Amino acid sequence: MADTHNKEVDQISGVETTGHEWDGLKELNNPLPKWWLYLFYVTIVWAVIYWVLYPSWPLISSYTSGVLGANQRLEAIQAYDDVVAGRSEFADKIVAASLEEVAADQELLQFALANGQAAFGDNCAPCHGSGGTGAEGYPNLQDDTWLWGGTLDDIHTTLEYGIRAGNDDTRIGDMPAFGRDEILSREEVNQVSNYVASRAGLETEDGVDLAAGETLYVDNCAACHGDNLGGIQEMGAPSLTSANYLYGKSLEAIKAQVNNPRNGVMPAWADRLDPATIKSLTVYVHSFGGGQ
Amino acid sequence: MVVPSLAPCNDFKDWGAKMAQNKAKMVSLEEGGFAIFLVLLAFACIIVAGKTFDQVMAFHAGIGALFAAVSVFLIFKKYFDDGGEVIPAEIDGKPNYNMGPVKFGTIAAMFWGIAGFTVGLVIALQLAWPALNFDLPWTNFGRLRPLHTSAVIFAFGGNVLLATSMYVVQRTCRARMPGKILPWFVILGYNVFIVIAGTGYLLGATQGKEYAEPEWYADLWLTIVWVMYLLLFLGTLWKRKEPHIYVANWFYLAFIVTIALLHVTNNLTIPVSIYSTKSYIVWAGVQDAMVQWWYGHNAVGFFLTAGFLAIMYYFIPKQADRPVYSYRLSIVHFWALIFIYIWAGPHHLHYTALPQWASTLGATFSIILWMPSWGGMINGLMTLSGAWDKLRTDPVLRMMVVSVAFYGMSTFEGPLMSLRSVNSLSHYTDWTIGHVHSGALGWVGYISFGAIYCLVPWLWNKRNLYSLKLVNWHFWLSTLGIVLYITAMWVSGIMQGLMWRAYDSLGFLEYSFVETVEAMHPFYIIRALGGALFVVGALIMAYNLWMTVRHGEAEEADATPAGSLAPAE
Repeated sequence: MADTHNKEVDQISGVETTGHEWDGLKELNNPLPKWWLYLFYVTIVWAVIYWVLYPSWPLISSYTSGVLGANQRLEAIQAYDDVVAGRSEFADKIVAASLEEVAADQELLQFALANGQAAFGDNCAPCHGSGGTGAEGYPNLQDDTWLWGGTLDDIHTTLEYGIRAGNDDTRIGDMPAFGRDEILSREEVNQVSNYVASRAGLETEDGVDLAAGETLYVDNCAACHGDNLGGIQEMGAPSLTSANYLYGKSLEAIKAQVNNPRNGVMPAWADRLDPATIKSLTVYVHSFGGGQ
Repeated sequence: MVVPSLAPCNDFKDWGAKMAQNKAKMVSLEEGGFAIFLVLLAFACIIVAGKTFDQVMAFHAGIGALFAAVSVFLIFKKYFDDGGEVIPAEIDGKPNYNMGPVKFGTIAAMFWGIAGFTVGLVIALQLAWPALNFDLPWTNFGRLRPLHTSAVIFAFGGNVLLATSMYVVQRTCRARMPGKILPWFVILGYNVFIVIAGTGYLLGATQGKEYAEPEWYADLWLTIVWVMYLLLFLGTLWKRKEPHIYVANWFYLAFIVTIALLHVTNNLTIPVSIYSTKSYIVWAGVQDAMVQWWYGHNAVGFFLTAGFLAIMYYFIPKQADRPVYSYRLSIVHFWALIFIYIWAGPHHLHYTALPQWASTLGATFSIILWMPSWGGMINGLMTLSGAWDKLRTDPVLRMMVVSVAFYGMSTFEGPLMSLRSVNSLSHYTDWTIGHVHSGALGWVGYISFGAIYCLVPWLWNKRNLYSLKLVNWHFWLSTLGIVLYITAMWVSGIMQGLMWRAYDSLGFLEYSFVETVEAMHPFYIIRALGGALFVVGALIMAYNLWMTVRHGEAEEADATPAGSLAPAE
């Protein structure tokens, strides 16, 4: 260095400075700390060893594959296969058995409930809630109200093919838009909604002709919802005297549903989940207490 | 449109008179060049604003036109006011430093800092209570999160880096920054970029690349500003009166050069049309991911590490009044750091479509990076030897020393998390968030606060800060905040990772995703509390600085501008 003549010894540390100075700042000429330098070397040696053992450096058209033969893709496939193999003993039995047999066999039932719980949490809970208690527009799976039936077989079919899910076997039952499509006048929508409300035990509006509403009900609604408003499960038409309304139990909600109905969709799971998991889910949901 | 009328006619008459008095010189090449460029820019912006079908583009082109037109007006106003006077580089043999842009950057840093920390607090609360998204597009988490990260990194951190680098390079080179317009173009142009980027996020214009969200036109503008910044910095080094270049300036230069390279490579996009905010990146698939994380990791390395190490190398020895511990260590760790950091990006993409060789190579370089990172910590802490007693009495120095300690902790944790086996647990969890914030709040935040606490009395010629007691309050409140933040995220993140990978005895996942979210709720609240303490600390700081500038005791007229907090020259 050119300016060695400026070197001085720092009073406090007794170490020489480099002789440079900027805006009052100086530098001591301390050596590299030994522990720092040796740890630096250790990390380099460690890295070199790692490069020998594992895939690490690119070549022209391939890469150094490492002496351990590690391959993260094969490891991932192996790990997945191991999990599937671990479950296969019971899963195969569940596929072979009927739903009733699964529910009756302690061992199979235990496996099905564990499988069902895991699958339910990540696939069903976002709409139906963690405990299957549902929300407005998403049926409660714990109560006794079943739009499409609550037997093991009914639940299994709903799970496999879904509701309004766009496949050939899916469950379809569309409530017409009586108001929006001008099948009924505004006045008539009002009358029939009030009639349904009166039968459902709800308050009705004053001055509405309930008799006219009844006539409208018989002509337009009874074919699906039944003469006594009890609903027809085969068509997915809910009971209108039930305590549980999917889209809310109030006169306003009834009017909204007659006027411009929501026809919710349940996805078909046959393409997404394996047969043993769908069966397990069936048994799991059935076990909530509402199963028929 | 947004073009302001240039000025009432009377002003022109006055200027004419002044020009006659001053026997005005010709407009300089710099003034003329900037004026022509800005006039063209204003016209281009007006055309785009008028023809675009995209409202966000119209708004941003309007901001651009306004900025360009006002700048041209100010250039000519200045010219007519002083008749093109050349500002002397030295007065009485002493350098005539240009501190105006440094003051602006310091104020902007405090403003953006408080804005960015507050948005961070808001999104922390949103994670605990999602109703706070208010079901509005402008206030939902997805838009506010990049607003927070960009505001704290680029707006707060960026202004701190610009301001301190302009200060440090001038003083350690004993030379005035070159140019009359250039320094102001850099600092104001950078802040216009911040405004365009930030409002873009809120209005939904984003590239969707983490830490590189601004769209193509904002990127292009930043590229221009950044090249000007590089020229400004190099120009000051070129004019230096010292034989050697101080270590802080090596780090600043590495930061400026590398950020330019990273920014351009990761933003090579093709706009759908010049009238559209939307663009598409030229990189495809996993190569895009690799470029993105090469950028992302080195933004941490060169923006948040190299740049702030430069701050440390000036402000800690200055405030401690001690020589830097080891010149040799500073050289070795500087070159090791910049050579090795640039390789480490792939550790952000473990167990993805990225080839395994790239991922392991990135991890091994992250391990080798450990000691080069710690070189800066050692040099920072050991500089205190012989002056440790000052930590008792000087809370500003204490803040900077704790900052270096956080730096050491984060740069140990980082290599650890880059290992594939650790990463398989930590990746995608809150642990990463905790790691980032120990670096961001502890290291970057504290070294910036320390530097600003030093700078404000120096820049405004005050004998002292208004209140060291308030600095103490700031220090303890925000330290408590940081500790709450990072410990909550460690616990939450490790718990989250363990829950995700837990299997029951029959081979099924133990927990659903929703259950893991539910389990994190208490930690989200603790984190928000920590963030709130950090915001309160920053508000106390802003008040203290305001009072220092307004009511601080003035330095004697003939004292050095460095003020009493700095050692005498």
